[in-house]
Amino acid sequence: MERRAPAALLSVLFFGIALLYLPILVLIGYSFNASPLVNVWGGFSTAWYGRLLHNRQLLEAALLSLQVAVAASTCAVILGTLAATALVRFGRFRGRLLLTGMVNAPLVMPEIITGITQLLLFVSMVQLFSWPHRGFTTIVLSHITFCTAYVTITVQARLQSADRSLEEAAMDLGASPARAFLEITLPIIAPAIISSWLLCFTLSLDDLVISSFVAGPGASTLPMVIYSKVKLGVSPDINALASLIVCAVGVCIIGAGYLMARADRRRVLEAQIAGHPEAAPHA
Amino acid sequence: MKSTWRGGRWLIILPPLLFLLVFFLIPFVFAFKISFAEAAPRVPPFTDVISFTRDHHLQLSLTLGNYRYLLTDEVYGVAYLYSLRTAFFSTLICLALGYPMAYAIARSPKSAQGLLLLIIMLPFWTSFLLRVYALEGIIRDNGFLNTALLHLGLISHPLRIMRTSLAVYLGIIYSYLPFMVLPLFATLEKLDPTLLEAAGDLGSTPRRAFLDITLPLSLPGVIAGSMLVFIPAVGEFVIPSLLGGPNQLMIGRVLWDEFFGNHDWPVASAVAIAFLLLLVGPIAIYQYYNVRQLEA
Repeated sequence: MERRAPAALLSVLFFGIALLYLPILVLIGYSFNASPLVNVWGGFSTAWYGRLLHNRQLLEAALLSLQVAVAASTCAVILGTLAATALVRFGRFRGRLLLTGMVNAPLVMPEIITGITQLLLFVSMVQLFSWPHRGFTTIVLSHITFCTAYVTITVQARLQSADRSLEEAAMDLGASPARAFLEITLPIIAPAIISSWLLCFTLSLDDLVISSFVAGPGASTLPMVIYSKVKLGVSPDINALASLIVCAVGVCIIGAGYLMARADRRRVLEAQIAGHPEAAPHA
Repeated sequence: MKSTWRGGRWLIILPPLLFLLVFFLIPFVFAFKISFAEAAPRVPPFTDVISFTRDHHLQLSLTLGNYRYLLTDEVYGVAYLYSLRTAFFSTLICLALGYPMAYAIARSPKSAQGLLLLIIMLPFWTSFLLRVYALEGIIRDNGFLNTALLHLGLISHPLRIMRTSLAVYLGIIYSYLPFMVLPLFATLEKLDPTLLEAAGDLGSTPRRAFLDITLPLSLPGVIAGSMLVFIPAVGEFVIPSLLGGPNQLMIGRVLWDEFFGNHDWPVASAVAIAFLLLLVGPIAIYQYYNVRQLEA
């Protein structure tokens, strides 16, 4: 079959892509508008970007969000990898159904419900144990919860498709299961772990609803500050901030995708060379 | 061989199990409990459901008032139906737009597929809140669309899109379209092209071949994509709050207002529990198809 999509299909595809990208491109355009009025073009200016550096509220919120995102994604990657290992490698065990349910449910649970229930938990915990104080700790705990779900699903898929014979060979040669896992399996699932860390990082950085519930009066993450500013009306410095975030994320994702594709290709090549020395390309 | 893990097994199983138990499942128990409390001007703002009397007797003070309130105040019913309707029609439109997109990618040369998928995925990685804000820049009264149309002389007054249902639909379609395209692509890509060739050789028109072969085989993708759009759309808060007006009452917004506006935590808990029970149906269907797909 000729692998070519008909013109009608392609035009829908390009219409869809245009729909996805037009708002972002227009927003980046607005961010360079010297005029604070959105419908008047006052010339090219980077003034709004300069203003960001002097906005303490935004900078503090951005710092808090970055700290939360690093802490939450790192913990979630550990918990999620453990959960995925248990679900893929351990067959039947007590609590398997419970664990399966609890890693899948956060993916379909409306954020607003997760947020409200977690706040009620934290409030009740404070009554019982005087811990945790609302702020950084509660935001991180709630972000770990939904991030763990994403990590588990991603790593699980990679583990299922990973070749077990290498790990079994290592164990036949006397490696303990833990050592075989760390030295053989972990490098194989590393791309899934890295990409799920990145996914958690962006999800955490972006979360508005759950953070709003659990943050308490003292702490504000970046999305909370952005939301309250946007709710009040147009603010040109948010255009600049949004453009920066969107471009930074875009560059990171494309870069990470490129690096991982390259690492994957090299791994496949190495495996081929190891298997068939005669197939090695001449350097 | 599995037995060699035995010693360390629980070291691996227990941390995620306990964490999710405490921070995901048990919160619902507290929400359920507090949905039977009454709002009170104290910290935290509700009465105790379980308390001890002076002579150390356990005392349960439950009220069904919150649930009765949900049934009598029509805001909740209206918001629930509006959320369902909006989510349903946005899902249909996403499907109508996403299916041809996924099909076009699946039939593109292999070398272009990766790039096209990256283009579809990229917005999913960038901030959801900021994308909704970016859409507002297009559709507001003095936004990009109206400025362009006025400039071209196609309209004489700005179109009113913001604070209407149309804005909410646009917001949901714009935000969730990638969720529809990806699972559809995953099933369409696996489709064996020789099946279509065989149908063609046997005299079937392309249209018939599509209806008899492609469409039924891509049904798991249709269902997975629809659920990925429908479920978050039903509980959506950011889109109706930023793009909708007072008439675009979705259940997520009502919940938010009940909590942050009225500070009525027990009623908010009752709304959450009721919403959860009304969502369990769709989630169960989703999981059922998910498991069946994995087994296939």
